[in-house]
Amino acid sequence: MSEQNLNPDNSERRAFLKAGAVVTGAAVAPGVLLFGVAQARAPEEPASDKIRWGMLIDTTKCASGCDDCVRACNTENGLSGATGPQDSQWIRKLNIRHLKSGVETSLPMLCQHCEHPPCVDVCPTGASMKRADGIVLVDRHICIGCRYCMMACPYKARSFVHEPLTDQNPEVPRGKGCVESCTFCVQKVDRGENTTACVEACNAAGHKAMLFGDLNDPQSEIAQAMKTYATTEVRADLRLNTGVRYRGI
Amino acid sequence: MAKVLDNLRAWGLLALFSALFIGPLTVMAGVNKPVLERGKGERCVEDTEFMRRNHMALLKHHRDETMRRGIRTTKHSLKGCVDCHASSKTGSVASTKEDFCMACHVYTGVKLDCWDCHATKPMKLYRPAATPGVAPQRVQQ
Amino acid sequence: MPSQEFCLSPRECKPALFWTLLGVGGLVMLGTLASFFYLEHHGHVMTGMDNQIVWGLPHVFAVFLIVAASGVLNVASIGSVFGKKMYKARAPLSGLLAIAMLAGGLAVLVLDLGRPERLIVAMTHYNFKSIFALNMIFYNGFFAIVGLYLLTLMDRRLNPWSKPVGLLAFLWRLALTTATGSIFGFLVARAGYNSALYAPMFIIYSFAYGLAVFIVVQSVMYKWNNIQVDERILTRLKNLLAIFIAASLYFTAVLHLTNMYFAKQWEFERFILLDGGIYPLLFWGGQVFLGGILPLLLIFSQAGRNPATVFAVALLVVLGGHCQMYVTIIGGQAFPLDLFPGYAESSSFYDGVVNGYTPTIWEFLLGIGGIAIAFLITTAAVRVLKFMPQDDFKDIELTAR
Repeated sequence: MSEQNLNPDNSERRAFLKAGAVVTGAAVAPGVLLFGVAQARAPEEPASDKIRWGMLIDTTKCASGCDDCVRACNTENGLSGATGPQDSQWIRKLNIRHLKSGVETSLPMLCQHCEHPPCVDVCPTGASMKRADGIVLVDRHICIGCRYCMMACPYKARSFVHEPLTDQNPEVPRGKGCVESCTFCVQKVDRGENTTACVEACNAAGHKAMLFGDLNDPQSEIAQAMKTYATTEVRADLRLNTGVRYRGI
Repeated sequence: MAKVLDNLRAWGLLALFSALFIGPLTVMAGVNKPVLERGKGERCVEDTEFMRRNHMALLKHHRDETMRRGIRTTKHSLKGCVDCHASSKTGSVASTKEDFCMACHVYTGVKLDCWDCHATKPMKLYRPAATPGVAPQRVQQ
Repeated sequence: MPSQEFCLSPRECKPALFWTLLGVGGLVMLGTLASFFYLEHHGHVMTGMDNQIVWGLPHVFAVFLIVAASGVLNVASIGSVFGKKMYKARAPLSGLLAIAMLAGGLAVLVLDLGRPERLIVAMTHYNFKSIFALNMIFYNGFFAIVGLYLLTLMDRRLNPWSKPVGLLAFLWRLALTTATGSIFGFLVARAGYNSALYAPMFIIYSFAYGLAVFIVVQSVMYKWNNIQVDERILTRLKNLLAIFIAASLYFTAVLHLTNMYFAKQWEFERFILLDGGIYPLLFWGGQVFLGGILPLLLIFSQAGRNPATVFAVALLVVLGGHCQMYVTIIGGQAFPLDLFPGYAESSSFYDGVVNGYTPTIWEFLLGIGGIAIAFLITTAAVRVLKFMPQDDFKDIELTAR
């Protein structure tokens, strides 16, 4: 900016802008830093049950042809994206049509991360587990591939890996013979990003149909949204208290 | 007649067992100890002797800490091992018999199933599937 | 002693038939092992099972074997627990068949696992809330208890213990079959399961299938040793089988009639009973007719006095049992999960559609491997020990019709 350096009139403006920036920064920085510190868990800290991760999906904003969330999940987690009968799908777009009125709705369907997961109840080895912060995972170290959890899941959330895999994402180990499902992008959550690939993609594309956050934190966006609007669980009659809630169905 | 058959059976069994022993003898004669490529950095997170004896226990303990409790320390993490010990030639710890893990594990005959699920290459060498939504080639075995 | 083609006792045998049988069983096992190694290497992608039908033909065979295994022990229990002498003579064979068939069924389940090398993990990590984990404890205990029971039956010094051990075996197998039925009954998600009735229903099914298998094996053993079965024994067994078949039909009827009372179950019932294609066919034709009504008709007809008819009836019940397992296990998965009642669903993950299942040869080979294992164990054991029922005819009560 040699021009500005030569022009004495701009020096005052520059000083003002600089001062303004410093003041704004000083005002905002603590909040940003605190936000960062409060939300990112230290590596040696275990997941805490004070947090409960959840997702809110607004189906009125979900377009029927759009599958940004699915693509993002496939990219993040190293899924092939193929949709054959034996291919893994951690999230899919479910199109529903009311039988009487013909009204059509589209929504993403994924592991609902229930509070009382049937998949965890039925797993013989305890590989299907619920972490303290509510994320339901498969411990592939002890999964024997019996597929009982797939029989038990009311949401058809689980997939079985039918063939040998290579070139997995180092952050998302997955392999033949084990069952898997959506992990709420636990690798991102544990890094402190506190979002999932699907939600990130939906927001980045501007649809803003999906929200991810801490259900237990009354200040979080998701908790506020759930206090404002009516939300439902899919198959609420099963009383599983899912972590994924829907609006608009 | 029965005695001859019995004798025959005895000699036959003896011959069979001897044959079973001769095979391994050729192997025991001269197989080289595995040569491991030096990892990156100055030293490993633990002593070599300690690691030789206990790496399996470390990994097993750490996997439960990470998986079930969400503890993400990197000192004993498998990704940490891969980052330093990936071969400079193949970029992997387990793709050929000379790579870091396979060198000893092939020598000792201890099968690993870690790499069925875990990536054998460090994160910086990972490229996600080219086009999500397009079915990849079935893995050739 | 008439000349024997097979072994009536360990000392008197002609080995030709024995080795042929072992050979046949061995060949089938080779096929099973080939299939197992092929699937273990390439993965389940080579089977017809997928993310929609997760349990297929191997499980049909395996669950049948397991259910029938606990049921075949009934014959021994009626002897030891209820004191009926005629059944006491049959107790060792019944115990052997129980062990052999359970081994066969479990082997198939293990071979079909996604990671069968982790069987040790399954044995050492238990989630006790899972009925599957409890089943593993029941199955292992069953082997131990029935093994002990066989000891008490066949070792004269331990004979007095056969009653208490027999009672333990009886109670244990009731728990085991309850747990097996509950594998399905505890599944809250699916329209085809989710019922407490599965536990007692499987108990009754096990009575019928177990007795049928026993009759088949006993008839074959008698035939190959040119022994005529006494008509009074035959009558007793076939009448008992008739009772069990009728009870099975009753439970099946209650399950479906109750389901039809709930509007939310109508779709599923229509699928299984009417328009589901292969499932109504197997249900009505296989389970109800071939496995139920036809056997009853034959048992109570004039032809029922003929041992050949009773043998055929037992085979029909076994066939009907496999049809029942197919309808239960695969039909229950073929019907789509109803995530949004009142809506039609569609997605890339096969929501809302009836799921097709085409078994491949690999699954079939895995499945019949279970029968082969049971067959091999039984054949070898019968050669080595005295399992042939030795009837002392004056002990048979003459009140049988």
